[in-house]
Amino acid sequence: MTYDLVVVGGGPAGVAGALTAALAGLRVALVDSGLRLGGQYFRHTQDAGQHPGHAPALDRFLRQAGALGTRAEVLLRHQVWSVSREPDGDLLVHCATRAAAVTGTAVAGAAVIGGAPTGALGERAVVLRTRRLLIATGAHDRPLPFPGWDLPGVLTAGGAQALLKGGGVPAGRRIVVSGTGPFLLPVATGLAEAGVRVLGVYEANGGLGLARHPLLALGKAGEAAGYAAALARHRVPYRTRQAVVAAHGEHEVEAVTVARLDKDWNVLSTRVVECDAVAVGYGFVPQVELGTQLGCATRPDVDGSPVLRVDATLRTTVPGVWAAGEPVGVGGWRLAELEGRLAGRAVVADARPTLVTSTTRTTRTSTATPPPGDTAVVPGVFARRHQRWRAFGEALQRAYPVQPGWQGWLRDDTLVCRCEEVPLARLREARSLGATDARSVKLLARPGMGWCQGRVCGYAVSCLAGEPQPQPPRRPIAQPVTLGALASLATPEPTADADATADATAGAAPGEPHDDHPAH
Amino acid sequence: MSDVIVVGAGVVGAACAYYAARAGLDVTVIDRGPVAGGTTGSGEGNVLVSDKEPGPELELAVLSNRLWRSLAELGGFEFEAKGGLVVAETDDVRRQLTELAGKQDLEHTLVPATGLRDYEPHLADDLAGGVFYPQDAQVQPMLAAAALLRHGADSYGHGTLRLRLGVTVTGFIRSGDRLTGVRTSQGDVLGDAVVNAAGTWGGEVAAMAGVRLPVLPRRGFILVTEPLREPLIRHKVYTAAYVTNVASDSAGLETSAVVEGTPAGTVLIGASRERVGFDRTTSVPVLARLAEQAVALFPALRDVRAIRSYCGFRPYCPDHLPVIGADPRVRGLYHACGHEGAGIGLAPATGHLLAQLLAGRRPDLDLLPFRPDRFAEEAA
Repeated sequence: MTYDLVVVGGGPAGVAGALTAALAGLRVALVDSGLRLGGQYFRHTQDAGQHPGHAPALDRFLRQAGALGTRAEVLLRHQVWSVSREPDGDLLVHCATRAAAVTGTAVAGAAVIGGAPTGALGERAVVLRTRRLLIATGAHDRPLPFPGWDLPGVLTAGGAQALLKGGGVPAGRRIVVSGTGPFLLPVATGLAEAGVRVLGVYEANGGLGLARHPLLALGKAGEAAGYAAALARHRVPYRTRQAVVAAHGEHEVEAVTVARLDKDWNVLSTRVVECDAVAVGYGFVPQVELGTQLGCATRPDVDGSPVLRVDATLRTTVPGVWAAGEPVGVGGWRLAELEGRLAGRAVVADARPTLVTSTTRTTRTSTATPPPGDTAVVPGVFARRHQRWRAFGEALQRAYPVQPGWQGWLRDDTLVCRCEEVPLARLREARSLGATDARSVKLLARPGMGWCQGRVCGYAVSCLAGEPQPQPPRRPIAQPVTLGALASLATPEPTADADATADATAGAAPGEPHDDHPAH
Repeated sequence: MSDVIVVGAGVVGAACAYYAARAGLDVTVIDRGPVAGGTTGSGEGNVLVSDKEPGPELELAVLSNRLWRSLAELGGFEFEAKGGLVVAETDDVRRQLTELAGKQDLEHTLVPATGLRDYEPHLADDLAGGVFYPQDAQVQPMLAAAALLRHGADSYGHGTLRLRLGVTVTGFIRSGDRLTGVRTSQGDVLGDAVVNAAGTWGGEVAAMAGVRLPVLPRRGFILVTEPLREPLIRHKVYTAAYVTNVASDSAGLETSAVVEGTPAGTVLIGASRERVGFDRTTSVPVLARLAEQAVALFPALRDVRAIRSYCGFRPYCPDHLPVIGADPRVRGLYHACGHEGAGIGLAPATGHLLAQLLAGRRPDLDLLPFRPDRFAEEAA
């Protein structure tokens, strides 16, 4: 059996898209690597749902997530490592998981090809077959390297926030927040409200760029004022044209160097601030590798990052594949949720053409002018809101660019790639040996070859390799997968029917010839 | 004006340039991409003698193996003289391996089933035995190519070896029936001889000179694991099926286990062969088979994670031999391409022999089996 839609990513875009499609009666599965739905923005602790009213946006998300759980299969703790196309046109979503097989949900086990757990880690392969795919994989933090950024105590802004939201754990007692963009504000506010002493928020850009934008009238002004008030209440200084340019400490962060910057981010003067944690964030890198695995075309986002090219209905350039939220352009959770709904409607229209009879006129959604799509499924009210939010997201990115002066913060021995411990000097050596782009720098000096596959250092390596903008990622294995789980796919069990597959974990694995070997 | 223009900055082009510079020739290397951006950057770095049947390719491999050892002393890249262990799953295969080893005239040790774990403690326990070849080695091919170009440029006089990267050759310049240079995306480059070291794309370069050279891509995938804290695998370990697959003419998918550790701590897992053109789409079934075969050889790999994979295109010719030598059909044109999956291993010998030819000396090995116009004869 085959799903009508598989959604990858359980944040606002994925949940909205999956729910829209499930409500229309489609057979839907949503896959997420986390313990709970929510993604980065709506990450929450287990008891978050027991205090309704505290955070209206989260309440709303949890209601959607709850509704989804009764109408679709939600596979948590499943990491999607590959998406591939079958000869008959169906898509296979390859997951690795250590979670027990799901039972008792609305469409338990349907179209799931699951192997038995292999090896001591208990990881098993799960394959979902689907006619359509919605990529709602969000974005990850974009740090910039600086001397000492590999010390314990240096976190990404998103990482510091995730610690708080996911487990209520503060990153430190005295923390400095640095980087660029409005995302620094909720991070600093959240930390301050959790009792952490936030010694300062250092915004490398001018900070006034956004205030001048007329779209602030849309309501973000209130949000910004709220953060400003919260920061003032906790006596957190907010400084523009300043940034953390070095971290110091023997075994962990003990202090940072904060610099005043010119408009290109060259250092004008410095001072040392003692602290035990630093949270840095210089925007986001959309996760587009599942799209590029399938051959989806990309376009450079406002800041040059490759994002998936979509039409007004969020359809990518590959048939049967939609994308919503950050993978089509960084824009925040409101836009992501709206795009999830729009993509969900488009998927429904594709699956059940007779259900949607709108006659709305064609609307273009982005200044990037995506290829025209079947816009009849996007009513005007949605289209106009989408256009406004997308324009707002782009304006935000324009207001908070990364300026080239950061490269001057590095020393020869500053690690650019932390996984493979590649210092700046080795990157320069690779260029002198004949590397002309990020890929050849990687081949000669190994940055981006380690555990994170260049997610952390990719942007910096691209800049340091002299690329005008980062190339779309080539990650045929999007997430690590054990060889045991991968090997189990070589002799798959026959596609079981809905009843039989639900207990796929139960013992017997006739296709596993090597189970007699002890795991080391 | 150079004596020699080398088209292609992969490991074969780099070796040709290095040995030509060493022979006193002025060399310009041109590549449309970076150094080692094609098949060189997509391989495992095999320097194998063990997998070759007796014959001209084995002679080339033995010469090359010796040359790699002396090049490694120049420094700048990893060369591991780790040795290769070929294992047999059945007694029948073990007898075939033993027979091959007897004919190859290479240094080797026959390993009984009970002795396998002295070489590789983590091997599965149901194998029938194998053969150990101490000459097999591994090289980090990208750094090796870059280092050869660097040494060639630094060691034999200023300006002897020039590198033009990001420059695409678009055609040839002729004077009468002789090539006198190449046209490129960034102007003409003049030279007395042009070496086609374009690897898998060697057929296209030959076509620009008006000659047919049947070099075609044979795709291969490699799986790379997370770095291991303790080395799990000491040698280059592969199954006997690898030998037969290399020589096979099948267009369909063939896989055999080739497993080894690297100095970075990762484990590289190959090898697959398919003739599917230049399609880069990842094939999950191929990756799954590679994983299955690796886990069958080394059960401890079951809990090790694959973190990436890559694919490349081996340049293969119908008779599985490389093309090395002067092209009798076009004066001034030389070829050094079509090494299939053995280009890293065979690069130094290829460069050495071609440089001898360019310098007007008699090559150490007879190049007749590798001559560029042999395919026309076959067709006729």
